Amino acid sequence: MTTSSHTKSFSHKMLLRIEGILNKIFGNDLNPFYYLGALGFYLFWIVVVSGAYIYAFYKTGIELSYPSVESLTHDQPYLGGIMRSLHRYASDALVVVMVLHLLREFILGRYSGARWFTWISGIPLIWLIYVAGTNGYWMVWDTLAQYSTVSAMEWFDWLPIFSEPMAQGFVSQEVLNDRFFSLISFAHVTIPLIILFFLWVHIMRISYPVVNPRRGLALGMLLAMLVLALVMPALSQGPVDMGIEPRNIGIDWFYLFIYPLLDIWSAGQVWALVIGITLLLGVLPWLPTRSKPIPIAEVSLKNCNGCRRCVADCPYEAVVTRLRTDSLHFQEEAVVIADRCVSCGICVGACPSSTPFRSDAGYVSGIEMPSMPMAGLRAAMKGELAKLQGNARVMVFGCDNAADIGKLRSAGVAVMSLPCTAMLPPSFIEYALHERQVDGVFITGCRENDCYHRMGGLWTTQRLAREREPRLRGRIERERERIRMFWASSADFKELSRELESFRASLKKLPQ
Amino acid sequence: MSKPLQYIGQGLFYALFFGVIGYFSTLPKYTHLPADETLIKLSFKHAGQHAGECRERTPEEMAKLPVYQRKGGTTVCPRGRSDVVVELELDGKRLYHEILRPTGVAHSSNANIYRRIPVKAGTHILKARLKDHPGEDYNYVHEETVNLAPGRIMVIDFKSELGGFIFKNKNTTQG
Repeated sequence: MTTSSHTKSFSHKMLLRIEGILNKIFGNDLNPFYYLGALGFYLFWIVVVSGAYIYAFYKTGIELSYPSVESLTHDQPYLGGIMRSLHRYASDALVVVMVLHLLREFILGRYSGARWFTWISGIPLIWLIYVAGTNGYWMVWDTLAQYSTVSAMEWFDWLPIFSEPMAQGFVSQEVLNDRFFSLISFAHVTIPLIILFFLWVHIMRISYPVVNPRRGLALGMLLAMLVLALVMPALSQGPVDMGIEPRNIGIDWFYLFIYPLLDIWSAGQVWALVIGITLLLGVLPWLPTRSKPIPIAEVSLKNCNGCRRCVADCPYEAVVTRLRTDSLHFQEEAVVIADRCVSCGICVGACPSSTPFRSDAGYVSGIEMPSMPMAGLRAAMKGELAKLQGNARVMVFGCDNAADIGKLRSAGVAVMSLPCTAMLPPSFIEYALHERQVDGVFITGCRENDCYHRMGGLWTTQRLAREREPRLRGRIERERERIRMFWASSADFKELSRELESFRASLKKLPQ
Repeated sequence: MSKPLQYIGQGLFYALFFGVIGYFSTLPKYTHLPADETLIKLSFKHAGQHAGECRERTPEEMAKLPVYQRKGGTTVCPRGRSDVVVELELDGKRLYHEILRPTGVAHSSNANIYRRIPVKAGTHILKARLKDHPGEDYNYVHEETVNLAPGRIMVIDFKSELGGFIFKNKNTTQG
């Protein structure tokens, strides 16, 4: 197995370095970078709740909107003002976590192949969030709203789809229409509903989606936002005067950066930028990459009893069951949905028939990775074990997306890298320790809480802790000290080496 | 890392994260229009005259028409309308010139314009001319001395029924 090309990239190294620092500060459980998607959901809900409160006091109309927002801000600063600030800052933070989420998934290469659907369904969310945010600024109807509304109308008028320029409706106070405010108020409720729909679509093809950050992180974010709301409350920038062009404007650069661009570039160029970015994001999943595609999982009906363990463990909703199509007396059979499978092999690790304690004849698991069938894996492991020499012989199982375990190989250390650590059935650990073929088994994979295939690290931990099927068998409990897990990314090779040495030193102290 | 250090680190992270958010939510301020400039917005819709000559239908032609169509009268005009040509001059120099095509599939509807034209603030002689027929001459001309204060938006509207150009929101001296 070769390490994927993306792990070698500079941006990936930088990401791992930043995440490593955050792991030290927050611990792997609360690292904000591991919850960017969940933080997006969380911030969205803060925006919705604070927005609902503001909406209760908001009045729709040319002469009503600005005073109603001012009244909310200044007449009840203890709640209305706080809610308004939370509404703004959570919206801004949402843009930041959304962009970080996108960049992180891009750097990790999680946008192509079967992941195209999740990637593509995220693109409308970007623009919907921008439209909702910009729309929100218009509702305040202050000079910032005047600037961004007129600029937006001028920008949209470039498109050859309007018979009359929309900006004509904003040239003076007299031509302004109350219906505009009804429209934007309606849009500000409707667009978040559409966002919610797309959020649901966005996570449709992943199992066990993490839509809530850990409590500690959620609390930290909320407290920090409250402090910001008190220190720097969100304020309006003076009432609109259509006879005066806003000049020095306090812009929300997270949402409104596009409008200053219109002073530098033509409307057509800014459209080209927006459409270009959208198209680029849209074609990204289908652009050629250096990593070779791995054939997807295949079900061997003869060996599948329809137990659903693979269904439960697949992180991508790629395995389902259906009524039996052969003559075997089981009710259901597993089916792999080809365009959802990312070839992680986790389903193979979940299959009870993957156990290596089977006769050579016809050793096929109920679900197999064609590039690495169980029989081949067992044979490769046996070959590796046969070469081991000396004391404290260790079999290391690792993951292609984590630290490169190939560099750990030595006379006393055999290594096997898998597409995901959770492809390893616990029975392989028992098999390796069986009849002292090795003195210990060392399991490694992506950093804790940061599995490249989402659930692999957790499933492995739970299987070995006997909390999840297939469990490590009870009799191996007596030899627990001969098994060690250590999670390490490609940036943590030194720590991994040290841990392996420490493990081998501990093995030497055990009875041979 | 010890717990107290972790808490300090977390506090710093949140302070940095929300510090960036707080700052860029309003700052740095953007100067949309330089202090010595003002804005002219040319904004109107106007249907040009018919592109060709109107003519009277002959009695024979009228007789062939269904009864309900005869109520429209005997005059018949081509459907398409002329381009509308608009030109602005500031202190004798051409500031803006545009030929506006009538909208609609048959080019039979209004010609529209909305343009944002920044100019230096101060007193200027502003001349607007418009031509809405196939001929050469500008049939609407309006000239005024306008005193444009910095940051003000002067709107140039056009309504043929009110005599042509209307300069709005100006501190003006009649030319």
